Amino acid sequence: MMKNRKSNWALLAPMYVFTILFVALPILYMFLLSFLTRAEVWGVDFTFTLDNYKRIGEPLYLNTFVESLKLAFLSTLLVMLIGYPYGYFMARMSAVWKKRMLLLIMIPFWTSALIRLYGWIIVFRTNGVLDKLLMGLHITEEPLKLLYTYPAVVVGMVYSLLPFMILSVYSSAEKLDFTLAEAARDLGASSFKAFWTVSFKLTLPGLLSGVILSFIPSMGLFFIADILGGNKIVLVGSVIQEQLTKGRNQPFAAALSAVLMVLTTLMIRIYRKVTGTSELEGLV
Amino acid sequence: MSDIILQLNQIQKSFEGTEVLKGIDLEIERAEFITLLGSSGCGKTTTLRIIAGLETPDSGSVLLEGQDITSLAPNKRNVNTVFQNYALFPHMSVEENVGYGLKIRKVPKAEIARKVSEMLKLVQLEEYGKRRPDQLSGGQRQRIAIARAVVNEPKVLLLDEPLGALDLKLRRQMQLELKRLQKQLGITFIYITHDQEEAINMSDRIAVMNQGVLEQVGTPNEIYYRPRTSYVADFVGNANIIHDGSDTFAIRSENVLINGEIPCVHDAVVLEKSFAGGQLRILFRLSDGQTITASRYGIDADIQVGGSIRIGWKQEHAIKVLDDEK
Repeated sequence: MMKNRKSNWALLAPMYVFTILFVALPILYMFLLSFLTRAEVWGVDFTFTLDNYKRIGEPLYLNTFVESLKLAFLSTLLVMLIGYPYGYFMARMSAVWKKRMLLLIMIPFWTSALIRLYGWIIVFRTNGVLDKLLMGLHITEEPLKLLYTYPAVVVGMVYSLLPFMILSVYSSAEKLDFTLAEAARDLGASSFKAFWTVSFKLTLPGLLSGVILSFIPSMGLFFIADILGGNKIVLVGSVIQEQLTKGRNQPFAAALSAVLMVLTTLMIRIYRKVTGTSELEGLV
Repeated sequence: MSDIILQLNQIQKSFEGTEVLKGIDLEIERAEFITLLGSSGCGKTTTLRIIAGLETPDSGSVLLEGQDITSLAPNKRNVNTVFQNYALFPHMSVEENVGYGLKIRKVPKAEIARKVSEMLKLVQLEEYGKRRPDQLSGGQRQRIAIARAVVNEPKVLLLDEPLGALDLKLRRQMQLELKRLQKQLGITFIYITHDQEEAINMSDRIAVMNQGVLEQVGTPNEIYYRPRTSYVADFVGNANIIHDGSDTFAIRSENVLINGEIPCVHDAVVLEKSFAGGQLRILFRLSDGQTITASRYGIDADIQVGGSIRIGWKQEHAIKVLDDEK
């Protein structure tokens, strides 16, 4: 028994070392940094302060957080609504079609995310692809002027995050035994009821990991807001980046990051609690 | 006079061009235990799924108490299924599993609780209500699957190889339990298996299926002693199929007589001898090239592999059957 334990430790050790070195320590460093003072010229002074956190309470920054959360919620919701059915039905397709659909999702990853976002500019800009299409079909009469608007940013977010949702729902639905839904039907459930009480419940862990994979990045994907939203939509991510580069205020950037991190963790915990997902994990 | 609860008329079904069911006709009586017996791929599971409503036949009809239910959704039929892999809901407790059908039909909570505990008592698992299916053994899961179906008081209970995943000893025990349960509840059981012993042990009637066709429907006695076709004789009785001119006969191995037993009129050569389960099995080749197996209790030391011998059988033990090969 003891010996067994030891060999387990030896096997797991690299993982612990890796996690401590590259995850735990940087986070600790970040929290530490957030309580320090910005130096006059470069770097930080080792003087303890709470000012960085107080500053986040200013309306300017508070508002950024609210805006970021709103956008993250909206994007994640849309990603859920589109990604869940896509991943779920993909898992039910024949092996050949599964491969084709997976390929369609993977292809965009072969190009840089930035380049793909610039592609959206061509679509959204005034008299761009979308305007030409809609006006050509006489659905709209004038250019929509979508570029550098909120909807454009949302589309960019959803577009960028969708694959993560699809893949995590797919991996969960793929393992689902579809005879369970048949059993529910056999026991008197309508097809919707069978889906809701059995299939959906059992793919919730996949949906959860999809939500985590969408929600967390959507708080920080500032370049989407920058490219498709112009400078009108400022997200926490943008502020952090600005403070790090132009502002040269590492402690404040660290404080912003710390608040962001706590906030997202909190959201995920609430979500898990509400959906009861933790009880379902590992069942399928 | 007979009370028919379920009737299949000329059921046909193809999957991607392959004809799985070639016109199945079957009448099932109320409170009967009937087994669909056949090897895998014979169409027995498809037949069951059509009765359950999980498949729709290409043509033909299904009547439940005289009412056409051919295209009725599975949730609208008073028929329940015990699935091959049990299909218990992994995210629900045993109680929730058993009560699922009642809850869906909006039965009052107190009544659900009462019926569920009654059912768990019936399958002797009343202590296990709060557990999750993955905390149960195979045999226990099996019983829960049965309880979950039976609690809805179906007119017909469909069982798709329900004992297939259990070990032999447990299977024997569950066979007896299922039979007892069926008698006690008085529900019609349609049971699927590829195990002829199981079919013979449990059934009131057996329907032998082969390649989408019902070869013979009858009591275990009829099927065993008066097989209609060579397939039935071979599959159910492990009988020898012997061709004599244009006629085909089924002769069970225990009825093959050896040396000295009268009437032994055929010359044969001993090909193989094997001893298993207290039974000696000897494979012969007849002078016309056909092979035949005889079985005996005990060891017959006189019979040598390669030796010549005279064998035969009594006339009444050679059952004339239809040849499926033709």
